[in-house]
Amino acid sequence: MSDGEILRVERLSMRFGGIRALHDVSLGVKCHSITALIGPNGAGKTTLFNCLTGFYRASGGRILFEARGRSTDVLQVLGGPFRAGDFLSPRRFASRLWYKLFGGTHLVNRAGLARTFQNIRLFREMSVLENLLVAQHLWVERGLLAGILNTRGFRRAEEQALEHAFYWLEAVDLVDCANRLAGELSYGQQRRLEIARAMCTRPQLLCLDEPAAGLNPAETAALSRIIRTLRDAHEVTVLLIEHDMGLVMGISDHILVLDHGELIAEGPPAAIRHDPKVIAAYLGADEEELA
Amino acid sequence: MAEPSLDIRQPLLDSLLAGLIALVVFGPIVGVVLDGYSFHLESSRVAWIVGAVMLGRFLLSLFLHSAGGRGWLQRLEGGGAGVQVLPPEHRSHLRWLLPLVLLAAVVFPFFAGKYLLTVVILGLIYVLLGLGLNIVVGLAGLLDLGYVAFYAIGAYGLALGYEYLGLGFWSVLPLAALMAALAGALLGFPVLRMHGDYLAIVTLGFGEIIRLVLNNWLSFTGGPNGMSVPAPTFLGLEFGRRARDGGVPFHEFFGIAYNPNLKFLFIYVVLLLTVLLVLYVKGRLVRMPIGRAWEALREDEIACRAMGLNHVLVKLSAFMLGASTAGLAGVFFASYQGFVNPTSFTFFESALILAIVVLGGMGSTLGVVLAAFMLTVAPELLRSFADYRVLLFGMLMVLMMIWRPRGLIRISRRGFARRPGVAP
Amino acid sequence: MDGIFLQQMVNGLTLGSVYGLIAIGYTMVYGIIGMINFAHGEVYMISAYLSAIGLALLASFGLESFPLLIFGTLLFTVCVTGLYGWVIERIAYRPLRNSTRLAPLISAIGISLILQNYVQISQGARQQGIPTLLDGAFRLPIGEGFLQISYTKVFILVAAFAGMAALTWVIRCTRLGRMCRATQQDRKMAQILGIDTDRVISWVFVIGAAMAALAGLLITLNYGTFDFYAGFVIGIKAFTAAVLGGIGSLPGAMLGGLILGVAEAQFSGIVNTDYKDVFSFSLLVLILIFRPQGLLGRPQVAKV
Repeated sequence: MSDGEILRVERLSMRFGGIRALHDVSLGVKCHSITALIGPNGAGKTTLFNCLTGFYRASGGRILFEARGRSTDVLQVLGGPFRAGDFLSPRRFASRLWYKLFGGTHLVNRAGLARTFQNIRLFREMSVLENLLVAQHLWVERGLLAGILNTRGFRRAEEQALEHAFYWLEAVDLVDCANRLAGELSYGQQRRLEIARAMCTRPQLLCLDEPAAGLNPAETAALSRIIRTLRDAHEVTVLLIEHDMGLVMGISDHILVLDHGELIAEGPPAAIRHDPKVIAAYLGADEEELA
Repeated sequence: MAEPSLDIRQPLLDSLLAGLIALVVFGPIVGVVLDGYSFHLESSRVAWIVGAVMLGRFLLSLFLHSAGGRGWLQRLEGGGAGVQVLPPEHRSHLRWLLPLVLLAAVVFPFFAGKYLLTVVILGLIYVLLGLGLNIVVGLAGLLDLGYVAFYAIGAYGLALGYEYLGLGFWSVLPLAALMAALAGALLGFPVLRMHGDYLAIVTLGFGEIIRLVLNNWLSFTGGPNGMSVPAPTFLGLEFGRRARDGGVPFHEFFGIAYNPNLKFLFIYVVLLLTVLLVLYVKGRLVRMPIGRAWEALREDEIACRAMGLNHVLVKLSAFMLGASTAGLAGVFFASYQGFVNPTSFTFFESALILAIVVLGGMGSTLGVVLAAFMLTVAPELLRSFADYRVLLFGMLMVLMMIWRPRGLIRISRRGFARRPGVAP
Repeated sequence: MDGIFLQQMVNGLTLGSVYGLIAIGYTMVYGIIGMINFAHGEVYMISAYLSAIGLALLASFGLESFPLLIFGTLLFTVCVTGLYGWVIERIAYRPLRNSTRLAPLISAIGISLILQNYVQISQGARQQGIPTLLDGAFRLPIGEGFLQISYTKVFILVAAFAGMAALTWVIRCTRLGRMCRATQQDRKMAQILGIDTDRVISWVFVIGAAMAALAGLLITLNYGTFDFYAGFVIGIKAFTAAVLGGIGSLPGAMLGGLILGVAEAQFSGIVNTDYKDVFSFSLLVLILIFRPQGLLGRPQVAKV
């Protein structure tokens, strides 16, 4: 992994039955950057996202994630199938078995990667605050006995979690909604709550799947402010899929362009804007529209 | 619809159609009763049923066509899930009820006869079962249809433990909880990582496996004849008129008059304490991270995985906790009845416990306690009713699901006071 | 090859073909609305009663020729049971279409209890039966003994496969079948294209119930006895067959039924009859753990 990169993807491929959704995708995401992933519909952006965040197990390739002071092999923690080599070395066999039994998507999040969803997935019948408390599951006192006896340590941990939750509510301007049901919020508020919830897991890389979809221009502007704050004040790296070219060109440091499951271009916004391959990929989209 | 008056034609047509369908559906089964290789006709029963269906359909149709009915229908379709968040300073209006109920529970055995005492013990056992299943179904959203298997593990744990290892009530009580939890873990771990509906059918199969093994393994479990269970003891003191092996019975040791109800009184006291403990624990669980995680998993499993929650282990913890509660209940049931046999652990029993949870409101504690008493004590007191019990449970489940999937009692969530957040 | 093995093979195939017929109801309903219809076993039980009632009624009218008797009973049972399927869907499942995931399952358990108890109340708890209608058997000499294949078993095999073939034709070649397949692929899209999906779902329940009705008649012909509790065990076994074949797949249901039937018959022939239900249920648990997509099903990819 080269210097300053938080995420390195090498020759990633993904097949669903006979359909090849991703083919030989290699890319890197720099620390403390805002990187955008764009491409026409059906280019494989969400598939790539689901592979990175551990919801799909890629058919081939390698995803390395460097955060919280250690390196995580995403495909390994998902518990891939046994290989011939595993049966020769007991240590590899044990690790494979361990990840098969207890591995899974959650380990990717624990390694320091959080995500939001294209079609918002909140806990709709829980309150806004409870949504944020669930996200801090790994940071509170989980002992059964401590909780049942309501010990001082337990209460302190809960209090800290609440403070942290209110911190992020203020950051996304939702404090007044703290005690409402998440399902009752407006669309834009739900989008912001999802970002706050993802941030409550204290990630170092935040993956946003079309965060501006369905937002009005004012809300989109607020969103881009929030994303910038995340990088500048919280040292988070942001990777986002987005169709709103205004937002993408405005905030990204680096843009990756995907088409037909392959990476066709990457570079700073200025270069992408004039890349003939990108323009060709967005069939019918003129330069003006891209700008 | 210009005129406000009721249109009577549509309800009449609906009613006629429903009557026709009812005639075809109920006619053969209700009207033609098989009797060996021949049959006899019971046309009056069919007429009653068809009449009732037509009248019911007519009234329903009339109601739904009226203005009030339309409004009601809209509320039913659009009305939120019936969940509300309470303000942080909220105190329940029913606070005064708790000491009152406790007082009643303490005073009760002084006035109750043996029959009433046993009925209430049975009710409390179902409260325990209902609370346990409520954790699994109500909080974690996992449908466990073989819940009775863990109940059987507790009950047979006591019987077998006494028979082969010489264990008594007190040593089996914690062991049964452990064993049931372990069985839950063994069954749940592989199954819980799959789509939720499979769990229902696997647990259903598991419940039947346990019952069939208990029934067929004559040399070990006594088969359909069952096994006897020892009476419980208090610090080694027995509750009989005379103690075995030259010991001192309870009433002589404390110098009180012999009372044949002593055994049941003792079970009542221990059971009541256990129920209170479980109630307290359940009250705490919903305020703990694990309880929040269960509810979150019920809402959206994929989002939970993205939050770093190991969905298998979180679900497993709910499944095991529910199983261990059933194990406890099984031990109480076995010592209350004095013997165990497989007929106490059929699928019907699982369905009864599920009906308690459904009627009580999934996730609501108070509702489950009330429902447990309603469904177990009421049929005991109204014996003539017994034949129709299962039919009523079934109707109750269907109607509850249609009318209010979350149960009778409105779910309220805890609100939190505002904290200083100090955001950038 | 010894005689017992072959004899159990024949028994297993007949039993399995009937499991397959019931499994179709589970698999079609699961395919189209993604729920396990727990009440399906009870629908089968109802159809067993209906076929006995139909036989008794027709016999009392003086009908005696076997083909006419069977055909009349089949028509009667299939129609009434189909109506049961329709009514159950209409009352217990349709109002819950947009409810929580747990609601239809619990409602199905409720329906299952209702049907059991209602039959128990109206027909009594005792076992019911029908006389043997088709006497005699083919006897094939094998080694020292005979392999005995009764005419009833032959009839069951032929009827079960005819039922399967008819269903396959309906699903492959008719308008209704096309609508079913479209709805199964994507309910919303089918709705947009003008398919009345509610009606299609109703039809699926009716078809499933009709197949269960055929199974009910055939099993009643074979064993001659049944009671109000019969649907429970056969229901779980048919579900096992559906899962074994791959839930959602029609040929899978039939294949799973046959495999389960044969495995169960061989188990009771070789090991023990008392534990044959335990064996089938354990098989269900094992399949779900090691190959949840079944033999002919496709592995599911969760939609994120």
